[in-house]
Amino acid sequence: MKKTKEELRTVLVTDCGSTTTKALLFEKTEKGWRQTSRGEAPTTVEKPVADVTVGALNAFTEIQELTGRSILKDSTEEHPFVVTEGDPSSGIDLYLSTSSAGGGLQMMVSGVVRQMTTESAERAALGAGAIVLEAISADDEREEHERVERIRHLRPDIVLLTGGVDGGSEVHVVEAAETLLAAAPRPRFGDTLQLPVIYAGNAEAAEEVKEILSPIAQISVVENIRPTLERENLGPAREAIHEFFLTHVMSHSPGYDKLLSWTPLPVMPTPAAVGDMVSSFAKRRGLQVLCADIGGATTDVFSVFHNEEGAPIFNRTVSANLGMSYSIANVLIEAGSEAIARWLNFELEFSELRDRLRNKMIRPTSIPQTKEDLWLEQAVCREALRLSLVHHRELAVGLSGGQKQRGISDIFSQQSNRYELVNMMKLDLVIGSGGVLSHAPQRLEAAMMMLDGFGLQGVTEIAVDSIFMMPHLGVLASLHPEAAEEIFVHDCIVHIAHAIVPVYSLTRLKPGTPLARVSFGGKKAGEVLAGEVTHIPLEQGASGELVVTPSSSKIDVGAGRGKKVIKEVTLGLHGLLLDGRNRPHEWPESEQERLTMQQRVLQSVGIA
Amino acid sequence: MSRAFTPGLHVTASTLIRRRRELPLLGEVLVEMGDAVPVGVDVAKGELPGELYVLRLPERMGLEVFEVLGGLKKKAGERVNKGELLCEHAGLFGLLKTRYASPDTGVIEFITEKSGHVALRLPSKPISVDSFMGGCVVEIEEGKAVVLETEAAFVQGIFGVGGERAGVIRMLDIEPDKEITPSDLPEDISGSILVGGARPQLEALQLAAERGAVGCITGSIDDQVLAAYLGYDLGIALTGDEDVPLTLIMTEGFGNMRMSRRSLEVLSKHDEATAVMNGMTQVRAGAVRPEVIIPLESKSDHSIVDEQQLAKGLDIGSEVRLIRVPYFGQRAVITKLPKEEYQIETGAHTRVLHAKLESTGEEVIVPRANVELL
Repeated sequence: MKKTKEELRTVLVTDCGSTTTKALLFEKTEKGWRQTSRGEAPTTVEKPVADVTVGALNAFTEIQELTGRSILKDSTEEHPFVVTEGDPSSGIDLYLSTSSAGGGLQMMVSGVVRQMTTESAERAALGAGAIVLEAISADDEREEHERVERIRHLRPDIVLLTGGVDGGSEVHVVEAAETLLAAAPRPRFGDTLQLPVIYAGNAEAAEEVKEILSPIAQISVVENIRPTLERENLGPAREAIHEFFLTHVMSHSPGYDKLLSWTPLPVMPTPAAVGDMVSSFAKRRGLQVLCADIGGATTDVFSVFHNEEGAPIFNRTVSANLGMSYSIANVLIEAGSEAIARWLNFELEFSELRDRLRNKMIRPTSIPQTKEDLWLEQAVCREALRLSLVHHRELAVGLSGGQKQRGISDIFSQQSNRYELVNMMKLDLVIGSGGVLSHAPQRLEAAMMMLDGFGLQGVTEIAVDSIFMMPHLGVLASLHPEAAEEIFVHDCIVHIAHAIVPVYSLTRLKPGTPLARVSFGGKKAGEVLAGEVTHIPLEQGASGELVVTPSSSKIDVGAGRGKKVIKEVTLGLHGLLLDGRNRPHEWPESEQERLTMQQRVLQSVGIA
Repeated sequence: MSRAFTPGLHVTASTLIRRRRELPLLGEVLVEMGDAVPVGVDVAKGELPGELYVLRLPERMGLEVFEVLGGLKKKAGERVNKGELLCEHAGLFGLLKTRYASPDTGVIEFITEKSGHVALRLPSKPISVDSFMGGCVVEIEEGKAVVLETEAAFVQGIFGVGGERAGVIRMLDIEPDKEITPSDLPEDISGSILVGGARPQLEALQLAAERGAVGCITGSIDDQVLAAYLGYDLGIALTGDEDVPLTLIMTEGFGNMRMSRRSLEVLSKHDEATAVMNGMTQVRAGAVRPEVIIPLESKSDHSIVDEQQLAKGLDIGSEVRLIRVPYFGQRAVITKLPKEEYQIETGAHTRVLHAKLESTGEEVIVPRANVELL
């Protein structure tokens, strides 16, 4: 299967997830690159099968049956595929894969200063597609024995050890190595394996760190993740993570040695592939993008926002305990019953709310049958999105230049060169993914969950990933970015609506007071009214100029107070959503008023 | 989503159970192939390497690194006793002595020249693994694990907390849907696994623990009671190592639900029999449900048939529990299994089944994902 990018016509891609292996067929049609078929099968990394390729072959078989296209050959000596030669309707040109089976890539990171090297290490690990089991810092206020105890109980796939700027003090990073040695955590796979450790700290301490850790670890030394206070260098650490992921994690997972031999490109961790897709799309289009994938156990948030110099900066965070089934009770604990219940348009006793969510936790595959039960899950989703965005904002920071380097004793208080990257007013596009958003019975329900959960502001386009295709497109993009983007735009993203949300500092505003005028294509489309949410259905796919004019100098619609926003847009399925509820959300004091408000909001957009 | 359904929990009067009992590291197996091993005796033992402590002497003694290195009384590889002098430095012409005694007994594993830190390895600790349910030794992995097999009555719950316990089944003399209160507990329940009722009160659980009960198997629990019992709120269903006085297993879930008739029947047949239980639950991939195992004297011919029946999945006539509102907790019998998808009230299209409710005889349509086989 050695074809050039230009020769490619048919690409088969799998994402081997924790529960499902999803295969997608991408083809170059007369209209361009499109996703043409999909097949799914349970993932088979666990006993009794314990071979990931069995699930993958089942998914391929489903595509074969659905399309009639001959994909699998009878003998599987080298690989199982029929390779397209003469007849373009038979076989495939290329096979690629991503993987998050077996819990994905799990890492521990260690640094010296929480808001410097540890945070950079977290960003590198998350950007490489890992879940961060623990982030240890010399300044995290734990006693040494507490850190050792915590690390001892972890089973990470890889440890990323950082600390110190190049030429700075070596003491703290050497101590961190000693702590790791004392804890000697066992790697998750292969009892006889040495723990994979990547050292990306002060270059001058590398030899000593290697010497200390050599009895327990296999060490890879890469460039410092934070060579100076104001510079972050995540690339080398990320590459080393992917290298270890392939050689230590993948190769020890059941059946992956075979799967790796079927594909010419490395198998990517699923979140890394999604991140690459989001990042490359945002950068090519010059957009500021937020993407959330809310699963049963975790919520991943990806973003590209521009820094102070205008450069696009990618970030990913994982809220490892916020999800819609396995982790639904964690959302309940973190948000509280009251915060979830405030989104409901019906009365529900807190004890009943808690019982329902806990029963969902222990029966994660059950689905809502009644409208009220659906709204309850969607209320949980709003809170999970809100909390995961809070988490994301903490880590998605920019680093200001010109920071003077100080002594190591001052470094512990060093945080003044960080600034928050996430600016909701500047956000162009929000993409939702995961069952509760992608498979919401009505697309407007998904839009409302993101509007409320993220507290969108200004003018933002809302979309969903139709069938969670982004991992497949991310790995395709590593070889053929143009094909990946074409499919992303045509088949992956479902554009739902543009949200228009003025933010104002006016007090005692009467409900219904006009906040902004909205026109599209030169015609008046509607008005944003205080306290109201209005749905303006417009022709899907229509392109034109969207103009939002605030009605007062105290109102910001995205361009600054009193300034109008003018944007060229193409409309999605449901036109415009005008939201006059201000940010942060303001709630009526009485329960009855809150209920009435929620009922009115959901009715006005036609989902209740 | 449309094809997913919860196949139900295993509840069998008699089946062949195998369990692997494994040391966390290499050690010694204490039994031989074919041995009949009673409940709860050690089958393997080993030594857990001692913990490593890094003693940061320059910081602790207020000295420079070279001063610490010059004053060390032990070398790498040497043994040191608790309280024994590890480092001594004489400052100010020998007038001021700074001493550091070893905080524990162990062996010096290494000394870092650059930092003056000393790593002390504590002595190893003995560990063992017991036979849990007991049975016949059918497999041995030398130095590592044994596999035991026994004929047993077997009941899985939906959710539990607490680890492995062995005790004697004690049926509570109350209706299956009655809340368990302190007055429902007999005095002599030391060593018992209590069975019955639903939604135990916190005071009842505390009193049961006080009286020495080791476990409780009941229909359901209130989530606030569980939080109070554990001392914290449980965020994910990943349990088994909670430090609780008695292990709890709920057969149905949260709220107010009576134990399924089948579970109750199996357990009540073994009142006063020795049993083992484990509250360990892991709902994610490779799901682990809590279990009760009651070893039996004689073998039955029906065990395999029972397992196969469960594996068949949904069928017309199957008895099911409905696990979502508006029919949450109700029992029903499947009357139809249409192949095509159906639009339910939420607007979603999904595969459904028709079922007749036991309580009212009403026939209802529910998503297949929302039933459990009984």
